[in-house]
Amino acid sequence: MEMEKITKIVVLAKQVPDTRNVGKDAMTPEGTVNRAALAAIFNPEDLNALEMALQMKDRIEGATVHILTMGPQRAADIIREAMFRGADGGYLLSGREFAGSDTLATSYALSCALRKICPDIIVAGRQAIDGDTAQVGPQVAEKLGLPQITYAEQLVAIDDKQITVKRRLERGTEVVVSSLPAVITVNSSAGECRPRNAKRIMKFKYALASSELAAATPEAQKFVAERPYLQIVEFAAADVDPDPSQLGLAGSPTKVKKIENVVFQAKEAKCYTAADADIESLMVELISSHTLG
Amino acid sequence: MANFFSDNKDLQYHLSHPLMRKIIELKERNFADAAVYDYAPQNTDDALDSYRRVLEIVGDVCGEVIAANAEEVDHEGPRVENDHVVYAAGTARNIEALKAAGLSGMTLPRKYDGLNMPVTCFAMANEMVARADAGFENIWGLQDCAETLNEFASEEIKQKFLPWVSAGATCAMDLTEPDAGSDLGAVMLKATYDEAAGLWRLNGVKRFITNGDGEVSLVLARSEEGTSDARGLSMFVYDKRDGGVKVRRIENKLGIKGSPTCELVFTNAPAQLVGDRKMGLIKYVMSLMNAARLGIAAQSTGLCEAAYREALKYAGEREQFGKPIIKFAAISEMLSNMEAKTLAARALLYETARFVDIYKQYNHISHERSLEGDERAEMKFYNRLADGFTPLAKMFASEYANQMAYDAIQIHGGSGFMKDYPCERLYRDARIMNIYEGTTQLQVVAAINHVTKGTYREQIMRYEEALSAENVADIAARLAALRGTFDKAVDKVESLDKQTPGFKDLHSRRLVEIAGYIIMTHILARQAAENEEYLRPARIFCKYASAKIAEAAAYIEESTSADVEMLRA
Repeated sequence: MEMEKITKIVVLAKQVPDTRNVGKDAMTPEGTVNRAALAAIFNPEDLNALEMALQMKDRIEGATVHILTMGPQRAADIIREAMFRGADGGYLLSGREFAGSDTLATSYALSCALRKICPDIIVAGRQAIDGDTAQVGPQVAEKLGLPQITYAEQLVAIDDKQITVKRRLERGTEVVVSSLPAVITVNSSAGECRPRNAKRIMKFKYALASSELAAATPEAQKFVAERPYLQIVEFAAADVDPDPSQLGLAGSPTKVKKIENVVFQAKEAKCYTAADADIESLMVELISSHTLG
Repeated sequence: MANFFSDNKDLQYHLSHPLMRKIIELKERNFADAAVYDYAPQNTDDALDSYRRVLEIVGDVCGEVIAANAEEVDHEGPRVENDHVVYAAGTARNIEALKAAGLSGMTLPRKYDGLNMPVTCFAMANEMVARADAGFENIWGLQDCAETLNEFASEEIKQKFLPWVSAGATCAMDLTEPDAGSDLGAVMLKATYDEAAGLWRLNGVKRFITNGDGEVSLVLARSEEGTSDARGLSMFVYDKRDGGVKVRRIENKLGIKGSPTCELVFTNAPAQLVGDRKMGLIKYVMSLMNAARLGIAAQSTGLCEAAYREALKYAGEREQFGKPIIKFAAISEMLSNMEAKTLAARALLYETARFVDIYKQYNHISHERSLEGDERAEMKFYNRLADGFTPLAKMFASEYANQMAYDAIQIHGGSGFMKDYPCERLYRDARIMNIYEGTTQLQVVAAINHVTKGTYREQIMRYEEALSAENVADIAARLAALRGTFDKAVDKVESLDKQTPGFKDLHSRRLVEIAGYIIMTHILARQAAENEEYLRPARIFCKYASAKIAEAAAYIEESTSADVEMLRA
């Protein structure tokens, strides 16, 4: 019997506000992110994930890479961006039902969509720069009952049945092997994503999600209709058969009570040796500053 | 997140120039490619949008990758191992990034996997690459050699080499030899036809060859035994995979240190003839050189931009006497002039590039069908302008690059003399720009004919007629007066040259510069008429140009026939 070939790689990606160069107006007085003041970008570690997915595609003949993102209509921008860099297409999961999702509701919604898509490999960035939770990838793996490899730094080998990945850990690296399908979450220390490609940008620049297409001119609609590669699949909530109580705000147990600005006081690091006297002086200092006790 | 296209409004302005639409129509010919290639544009706006997007990719790679590698590449440089070049690690990364971005074969037709973009856009890309790392521009910009193959080589050669260049193969043009630099007619590298193998064999030495170990090389060689001048030279194409060329050494240079400048030894290297025998120097090198000169104009403009930005940044940060030094008149005047000169060099560069594009496209069309009468006339018209403007663009941009790098160090003060700031690299890199691909002195030789034959004068009159906007009336009035100064200087030089041969040679650079200053001011004034943001730099440049012209005109005014003898060294 012929082995079933791996074909479908899905990258979970998020459009995020660019929090790397924030100005004074980055936060609203209410303590939430002022999305209007910040450029919407492709979450950086999701680009690392895309690169690893494209490397998998390079090694497996016939493999495809698709982006899955949950977000408003404009999140289709990052699907196009991924197509310019080498992805074959994407899925936009969009609708009011998803608004206010925390990581639990997000991973639930994504896993519902993934059940429809049936990928062989799921790759995601470790975490998004707006929340820094690193929870969504692992939660998706749990919900789908798949093995997961976190902190992936390098694709070592891949074939029809298994994947070998080097992980970046606090004090070194380890190489692990997993059966497929699996979820891989990728670190920023992995390879940078390849650039947008000139021919691909010319080819895919008119790609549109269904709701964007509905608002486009008749000429644009005809143009896209004749070219299936320009059609970005759009899922509404109903398309992925969810339990409505687990979506959006209703499905999100996380409640933000208060946000505090943390200002680092100390300017320099201090070094202590393992000598008893040094440890003693550290303890005294920590207790007197109420860090301990 | 630096992007050298998105952060440069002037470049974006030139992309939106009205002549771009004409260029696209000539280049895309009823948009027939759209039926065959999924990346071909549907219409003019679509093409312009694609150009902008591709240039944004270039700007991204330049800002994020190439600029970041520049310092390391400058220090590490290339080396020779086993008779071949090994690039600095950063250079290799640059090449990989541009390859992945699909930015090779930018101007080549789609049937050879190219992007079919205009020369103007390629020049923009070159400018951005040079702003990031001038030395790397030499390697990447040489893809232009493929354009010469596209124009003159047989279909067989094109099929073999052009898709390879589109896939990222690097190129070289092997012209210079130890005893043939500016005087290429003296080239001695020997080409002999090998009847048994059915190909040509090259033997000899080439020197100062930029990226000499590139994958595709155009080689100027002597195919006609017993000849000793330009008429015995033919053009060949050499495929590195065939072997037969060794890199003997790499020059240790003052600047552009990342670019390998090679001495090559050809030993029975197999090669194919490009075009017709004996036309190597007379026809093909001339075409190659014109394109290369435009490339250096773009490289120089990129360096001007880099130097201006470094100077501006430092002047805003450095405080002396309790305030940033940009607040001192002496510094701010330098910066204002630097900005105006950068815009002027760029204005001339893209004006020239647009002329080249139109002429080249008619030329390509003429290979497919015979041109209509008015098309032929237009081709001739733009060909003449392209020939006249190319040496001007090369000369001014490269001289400005040097002046600008000098000023950038001056603004940095003592710190600029240290290796701590990029301006010292810019200073070293700029120094070759007014030397290679024809020194400034040789650009003057090419340009002076267009002074005496009226190419510049006629174009200046066309600019004058079109310059009627109210907001630039002051500049227009000054330009009319400067044209009078130009006419007077030309008259005097021509009449005295009849009595004292050599008088024109003595003053040709001054005449060419006067013409160039008037032309650059005109283009900036035209831009100011369209867009108020150019008004200030146009006025600044007009003042600067007036002073320069006054100096040159005064010299000519005072000059007598006796100067010819007196100034002979």
